[in-house]
Amino acid sequence: MKLFHFRGGVHPEANKHHTAHKTIRVMPMPKKLYVPLQQHVGAAAEPQVEIGQHVLKGQLLAHSQGNISAPVHAPTSGTVVAIGDFSAPHPSGLPVRTITIEADGEDRWMECNIPADPFELDPTEISTRVGAAGVVGMGGATFPAAVKLRLGMRSDIHTFIVNGGECEPYLTCDDRLMRERSIELIDGIRIVMRALQPQKTYIAIEDNKPEAIAILTEACKPYDNITVVAVPAQYPMGSAQHMITTITGVEVPADGRSADVGVLVHNVGTVVAIHKAVRHGQALISRIVTVGGGAMTEPQNVEVPIGALLSDVIEFCGGFKEKPARLVMGGPMMGLVMPHLDVPVVKGTSGIIGLTLDEITPKPTMPCIRCASCVDACPSGLVPLEMASNIRSGELEGAIKFGLVDCIACGCCAYVCPSQIPLVQYFNYAKDELAAQQRAKHKAEETRKLVETRKQRIEAEIAARAAAAAARKAAKAQKASEASA
Amino acid sequence: MSNVVSGPHTHARPTVSWIMGQVILALVPTTLFGIYLFGFPALNLFVLTILTAVFAEAAGLAMMGRPVRPFLFDGSAILTGWLVALTLPPWAPWWIAVMGGLFSIVIGKQVFGGIGQNVFNPAMLARVMLLVAFPLQMTTWINPIPMFSANAPSFMDSLAITFGGTIPHLDAVSSASLLGNLKTELTLGHKVPEILVHSHYSIWDAFNGWTNGSLGETSALLILLGGFYLLFRKIITWHIPVSMLGSAFLWAFIFNLINPDRYEGVDFHLLNGGMILTAFFIATDYVTSPATPVGKIIFGIGCGTIAYVIRTWGAFPEGVGFAVLIMNALSPLIDHYTRPRIYGRLRSGAPIEASK
Repeated sequence: MKLFHFRGGVHPEANKHHTAHKTIRVMPMPKKLYVPLQQHVGAAAEPQVEIGQHVLKGQLLAHSQGNISAPVHAPTSGTVVAIGDFSAPHPSGLPVRTITIEADGEDRWMECNIPADPFELDPTEISTRVGAAGVVGMGGATFPAAVKLRLGMRSDIHTFIVNGGECEPYLTCDDRLMRERSIELIDGIRIVMRALQPQKTYIAIEDNKPEAIAILTEACKPYDNITVVAVPAQYPMGSAQHMITTITGVEVPADGRSADVGVLVHNVGTVVAIHKAVRHGQALISRIVTVGGGAMTEPQNVEVPIGALLSDVIEFCGGFKEKPARLVMGGPMMGLVMPHLDVPVVKGTSGIIGLTLDEITPKPTMPCIRCASCVDACPSGLVPLEMASNIRSGELEGAIKFGLVDCIACGCCAYVCPSQIPLVQYFNYAKDELAAQQRAKHKAEETRKLVETRKQRIEAEIAARAAAAAARKAAKAQKASEASA
Repeated sequence: MSNVVSGPHTHARPTVSWIMGQVILALVPTTLFGIYLFGFPALNLFVLTILTAVFAEAAGLAMMGRPVRPFLFDGSAILTGWLVALTLPPWAPWWIAVMGGLFSIVIGKQVFGGIGQNVFNPAMLARVMLLVAFPLQMTTWINPIPMFSANAPSFMDSLAITFGGTIPHLDAVSSASLLGNLKTELTLGHKVPEILVHSHYSIWDAFNGWTNGSLGETSALLILLGGFYLLFRKIITWHIPVSMLGSAFLWAFIFNLINPDRYEGVDFHLLNGGMILTAFFIATDYVTSPATPVGKIIFGIGCGTIAYVIRTWGAFPEGVGFAVLIMNALSPLIDHYTRPRIYGRLRSGAPIEASK
């Protein structure tokens, strides 16, 4: 199959060999689980259980709110012991609304709504079931999968791409999933195909995962409309935009979504979650997490219930062999630094990586020497060095001209920078600034509208009163003239 | 673990000092050859220029209240001094070295705000300043007289040459550079082929470096060796060297074809003067050249073309230095017009149309 090339990208040391050969282990249920209500892009879920209430595994804890949102479910059976604030898996460690469950040890499933034949289901029914199960993008984007499906059903999708790129170093959770759960994966793919009716479906896997490619090629044999494609290992291949360009040669417009070009991309983990949701009626309550990095005693892939604390997971993996210089959730390119170990695993947690000082190679930041390595490395055609110098001098408009709003934060620029300039940090700061400015502008606009409306209302009232007074006067005059007549 | 830091949490190996080190490494062969070819006075000049550059860097940093250590050890001042030294006449007096070193770092770099901020290549700026201000000292070309050979100056002799400013038997040991000689002879109405025969021009000598010239510019072979090393190490890309040498090649070829009596051939232009050294080591300076491949090609074509024009029709025999400085000044403009296209957008910046 002819593939297309995208500019830039980098080839960081893969470091996948520590975990890629090991079978996924299932972690025993911890005593307490902390389920945040916001694990996805969009509005936070709204609790619908009470403290002290007993819940079964898979039972709805909080329902979705609004158009873009996702519900959360109980990862095991037990008692709701708290609904309140708990540290989020975010560098700030700030508290977010979280439901805490004390496991009763029985791990008893609720009665699931299992369809007789998922391939008889109406496409809308499929997306409803996916939405009800709380499935979100598990590659890390955590966009609600049902919203994406509904968008796809409206936009006439011709190509469905199953993203098995897994371009982040260290991470092998998708690789292991493709190898060990190929049947579930293909069933999930066929369910999505039933909903979208695409002409072509591709499972795209980076060519550094030959075993997964072989297993899925074999498993796809009965289905001649599903093709396994080996794509070159080039970070950030797993970015949906860049994956679409690699497979179809088409670019997603800067102001559009992939559905606009007739393509829909789902991560392999998401598709397996869709399989569970539709085939078995099971909500998304666990995921596979790569526990790795040089500081970890026994790097491996673990199936972890959502809400388990990082400390529980790390303990299960034998703890740290040395204190990590940096603990990252996700991969080392785009992952978030964790403030401490008492934060829960969420739906978007693909990895828990304890990096040693040697692995993060921290060096002092030097001035930019304009070597333009960042320009060559940027997969989106931006000029990071100019963006950074504009941001340094407070010129947000200038930074936008060089691509600030098109930045996908993949980190290629900062990865190659010989001066170790924290470019992504600059861009994150500028994006926040920009958002704040837009919010302020929006607020001013809304205020102006309110003032305008009030003015109009008052004017209307005055006019109405004047009209009433005039009418009364006229009536009085008429009465007087009638009386005098 | 308390610091909030963005990704990436891993990093490619190259650092600024590693890059500078690689460039210096690539310069070692031609430098050693130059010192061997021109003896102890060349060694004096080389050491003196680098010491001055490093001293100027340290003084400049201290005066601006910047940390001295990290910047001094990034290797950039050593590299600048090194490059200045390579472009000097090998037996130039000590004050040429000192002025070159000072000028390149202080005026070429520190007044702009230090590393990464300068508009012009510091080494080329110093070379051109010296050439304009001290034309006599800057065009005294010593014939090859290898270290330890019969007539070579001893170390003590070399001190007299470098610091005393007297070159014994100057007429016997020096001659005009090929480019300079050609310019003079052409104005006297002689034809190129005659002049070249008369001045014993040999392509082979010009290629391997057994000829007079600047300290580190004579051996095309060794400079190419270093240049290819930089390409192999991905320190530089092919765009500037190829477009610069290619455009000089093209002009030389065309005009030589039109009138070989007036215009020198391709080999003469590429192998003489600082053409190859500049194409690989000076024009490729990150700070003062454009950022994108297209920009680099435009920049290289500009350098090659302007150098050819100055050499052929200008008042100076050598034009590479001026060409680079002119193109340095144009780099920001080139960068402005050669930005890469952003993913999902047209060159104009407007989003592309969705194509199904």
